Amino acid sequence: MKKYLNKQLFFETLYKLSIIFASLLLLLIIIFIFFEGVPALKEYGVFKMLFNMSWQPTAHEPSFGLSKMILATIISTLLSLLIAIPIGLLSSVCLVRLVSRKIKNIIMFIVEILAGIPSVIVGFFVLKTIVAFLYQHFYMNIGVSGNSMLAAVFVLALMALPTIITITVKALEAVNPMYTEASLGLGANKIQTIYKVELKAAKSGIMAAIVLGAGRVIGETMAVMLVSGNAINISSNLLLPTRTLTANIATEMSYASGLHQSALYASGIVLFIMIMLINITLLIILNKGGGDNA
Amino acid sequence: MDNIFDIKNLNLWYGSKHALQGINLRINKQSVVALIGPSGCGKSTFLRCLNRMNDLIVNCHIEGSILFNKVNVNSERYDEINLRKKVGMVFQRPNPFPMSIYENVIYGPKCQGITNKKRLDELVESSLKKAALWEDVKDRLNSSALGLSGGQQQRLCIARAIAMEPDVILMDEPTSALDPIATAKIEKLIIELKANYTIIIVTHSMQQAARISDYTAFFLMGELIEYDKTDIIFANPKNKKTEDYITGRFG
Repeated sequence: MKKYLNKQLFFETLYKLSIIFASLLLLLIIIFIFFEGVPALKEYGVFKMLFNMSWQPTAHEPSFGLSKMILATIISTLLSLLIAIPIGLLSSVCLVRLVSRKIKNIIMFIVEILAGIPSVIVGFFVLKTIVAFLYQHFYMNIGVSGNSMLAAVFVLALMALPTIITITVKALEAVNPMYTEASLGLGANKIQTIYKVELKAAKSGIMAAIVLGAGRVIGETMAVMLVSGNAINISSNLLLPTRTLTANIATEMSYASGLHQSALYASGIVLFIMIMLINITLLIILNKGGGDNA
Repeated sequence: MDNIFDIKNLNLWYGSKHALQGINLRINKQSVVALIGPSGCGKSTFLRCLNRMNDLIVNCHIEGSILFNKVNVNSERYDEINLRKKVGMVFQRPNPFPMSIYENVIYGPKCQGITNKKRLDELVESSLKKAALWEDVKDRLNSSALGLSGGQQQRLCIARAIAMEPDVILMDEPTSALDPIATAKIEKLIIELKANYTIIIVTHSMQQAARISDYTAFFLMGELIEYDKTDIIFANPKNKKTEDYITGRFG
């Protein structure tokens, strides 16, 4: 009996230690980026860093304005989700309700492989298709190289799709069949049943799919660098090059030092806060929608 | 009396399993018909034929004719949605949608394109009154249906079916998940509803069949053994198997 208790205590401690380790790791990362980034924020000023348009880290009078890259990240994320969410939701509905089980399994197998493909490879693909296409059709007229915000948006949409589809399909499959039967029994057709009942019942899972898709898109670096032209620029013309926050960090960290390096860490803090904001916003939407009605 | 359903030589297979074998049955308008029999005898399967719910099941094959108001509804050409508008269903476990009470009641009519607010309000009130739920919920129509008790939820499901103004309401063991008091309320309701609707109810409780039904059908191993007035089935069954079942010798 005593031996058994000792064993139980040992495993309980093991579980607790693992969770402490995992949360400590997150805490350490936060402390670390703040520790490294705060000097630049202090010296250059938080407000200036967020809203100044000029990023000249190596100039004689350096300036560390992140606003163009923050905008590039926000715009590329929003536009790519604007493409990926509707396509993702419609194809999930189609997979779960409108095709046979066999076809669904085949397509899900492909989608899951797609989710595991390294992002650089997706970048290659877009480089050879979208970027090449833009070059062919617009270079002669307006001098567009093809490396652009538009290409970045396509890469990001491609990256987000498998995540959104896999999780949405799981959420739709988990909808209790009694809701489906109730709806059909009341003379609703298949499409009405999907939109009025099943998607509503799967709402929290679908929100999770969108959050994870958005997280993947914001954090994506290499593939975006490959196709975006990587020039610090923000324009209403989507055919021009751009640079996101993550691409900026990856590009400059290798040679940055001093305040420049600290400013790059500070852009890490900005990224971190952006992702937190997305999570919190969606959480609020979810709780509000699910409050009285669900 | 008029027949609302006339079922002729109905056979149903799940894959290779012959689950319903040559069922012939006529159902009168405005009566309560109880379907009884041991588990797996085919009574629920039969009930689900009457609003084509078995269409959802893969590998389910049905032969024979189901005349509903003299039209065969067991045919590819007959639109099952039209049938379900006239033949409502209440399930074993109360299954209100995760929406407000109001939205639950108007779900069916709204799917048919009724959007007039005044008309919907009237439908909600009249349906809830007919389902004996109006007094319980009239002050909280906009709160979630999931906050109701099990018995109230089942009456809401009945109200939701009534809102479609059907001719027939199918009930698949509607009280098996409820306590005796909630069960008594639903039984009382069924007897009241008989004035306007034909009710076909699957039940595991022979007492329930005896209390509320006008006619009783006894199913065994996919066959209809006996179908008659409830008094006769329980007092004077013609078939030995029926007698054995209702006297509790098996099942």
